[in-house]
Amino acid sequence: MNSKLKWGVLDVIVVVFALVPVLWIVSLSFKTTATLTDGNFIPREWTFDNYQLIFQTDQFVRALINSIGIALISTLIAVVLGTMAAYAISRLDFPGKSLLVGVSLLIAMFPQVSLVSPLFNIERNTGLFDTWPGLILPYITFALPLAIYTLSAFFKQIPWDLEKAAKMDGATQGEAFRKVIAPLAAPGVFTTAILVFIFCWNDFLFAISLTSTEQSRTVPVALSFFTGASQFEDPTGAISAAAVVITIPIILFVLFFQRRIVAGLTSGAVKG
Amino acid sequence: MTATEVRKPARAGAKPRKAPLSEGKRQERKLGWLLCAPAAIVMVAVTAYPILYSFWLSLQRYDLKFPDERKFIWFTNYVTVLSNGYWWTAFGVTMLITVVSVAVELVLGMGLALVMHRTIIGRGLVRTSALIPYGIVTVVAAFSWRYAWTPGTGYLANLVSPDGAPLTERASALAIVIAAEIWKTTPFMALLLMAGLALVPDDLLKAASMDGASWWQRFTKVMLPVMKPAILVALLFRTLDALRVFDNIYVLTNGANETSSVSMIAYNNLMKGLNLGIGSTMSVLIFLTVAIIAFVFVKLFGTAAPGSSDDGRR
Repeated sequence: MNSKLKWGVLDVIVVVFALVPVLWIVSLSFKTTATLTDGNFIPREWTFDNYQLIFQTDQFVRALINSIGIALISTLIAVVLGTMAAYAISRLDFPGKSLLVGVSLLIAMFPQVSLVSPLFNIERNTGLFDTWPGLILPYITFALPLAIYTLSAFFKQIPWDLEKAAKMDGATQGEAFRKVIAPLAAPGVFTTAILVFIFCWNDFLFAISLTSTEQSRTVPVALSFFTGASQFEDPTGAISAAAVVITIPIILFVLFFQRRIVAGLTSGAVKG
Repeated sequence: MTATEVRKPARAGAKPRKAPLSEGKRQERKLGWLLCAPAAIVMVAVTAYPILYSFWLSLQRYDLKFPDERKFIWFTNYVTVLSNGYWWTAFGVTMLITVVSVAVELVLGMGLALVMHRTIIGRGLVRTSALIPYGIVTVVAAFSWRYAWTPGTGYLANLVSPDGAPLTERASALAIVIAAEIWKTTPFMALLLMAGLALVPDDLLKAASMDGASWWQRFTKVMLPVMKPAILVALLFRTLDALRVFDNIYVLTNGANETSSVSMIAYNNLMKGLNLGIGSTMSVLIFLTVAIIAFVFVKLFGTAAPGSSDDGRR
């Protein structure tokens, strides 16, 4: 009983620790302009004005579309390329395999800011600067190591002999893949897609360096431009509301796929 | 690695010629290369080429405001950067943030890992909440911290120092940046550590307990040794990640009052200074710093890095 209580208290500490900053920004987003600077943790007056305001501006809506589009396309490409490479790594024997694993490890550790100056110039010269592909390209690059690690960890757990067994039982190669292997591999691929999406959704450094207009600016960058010279008198409420909007997908992922995300992160990163 | 293993038996044989590969083996190789090629090409094209290009740019005087004065000047840019106080201040700030935040995260992360691993009541709730800092957009979290410490607006600012502005003083601003980093990445550290924790055999813990080992003894003598590889991987990943610190500083202080990290000044040089030569020099220096730290880590602690263990060698 005593130990149960102890764990309970620790649990509460963890939950409070994790949630307070999130609840604070939610609270700010619902405050009226008059009560915004009262410093109260819970709003004294509630309003939806901030949300109405941001959805009326092009600045935010356009950035939201950019964020969603860029993150989805990057995720799709990274997961497809990653699945191919991870399948080869976990199933096939070929020279250069350890080199590929080594290269992806190096890229996982690569300081992204080192690429900002050269990419800025390369993209300016090739016309990729301030376009969707200009951001998708670096996102795929840095998402690939994550995708390859997570997927090969998942693929190693798949009982591939089942494929042989299915073929012996008269299934064709296609059927064996569709009915046996694909359902077993799908959860791993899906989990990887979530992790990659979160990564792309989160990026700030590339997004702020490789864009210059609303055409391809993502929400994290647009948020930082709300400040100062913008049409909002006091951007605090607007920024908070926009911040809450881009947090919603993350909260949904975490709520529905907590188990998978934990499994993906722990299996992909550590194979001690 | 694999290639040498394939060839070895052939060389050990009577004839010095290598054994011909079977048709199936050759097919397998080809498929392997084919499947890996797109990923490998993208990764190398977007990192290796720019970093080499960056090195090339770093040897030039290249200011976008004065494009006509572009000139090859060897290592003068390196002398300029390395003899500059701003660079070293930023370097110091980056190191301070890295060392303090990773150290604190290791301790907190271990605690969180134990809680997530052991707790029975509300396990799902705890894990779900812990994932929120991991998943949330760094800029969003940074704004939350910024407003919390903004005088008047923030609940923390009013609570702790009613008449100061903590984000405008160097020491307190750095402390807030570090706190924001710790909040954001402790769950990630904890998840990596939890993977190591799962490797600790329960029987071993029970046996130690039977033999009269205290909790602390079980922790240091049984759990830590088993978890060592996981701890090293977590440390390596988080250290290299912390060295990149940018988002939090950008939003919280924008580098004011000497709180810039190296990423921050490299960015500012490019975007505000439009000086590609100096910016590229910083890029190369940051790359070298990270490479050296990663090298030391791997050399010092052996092959704890993922992938080096069973991926390639099997």
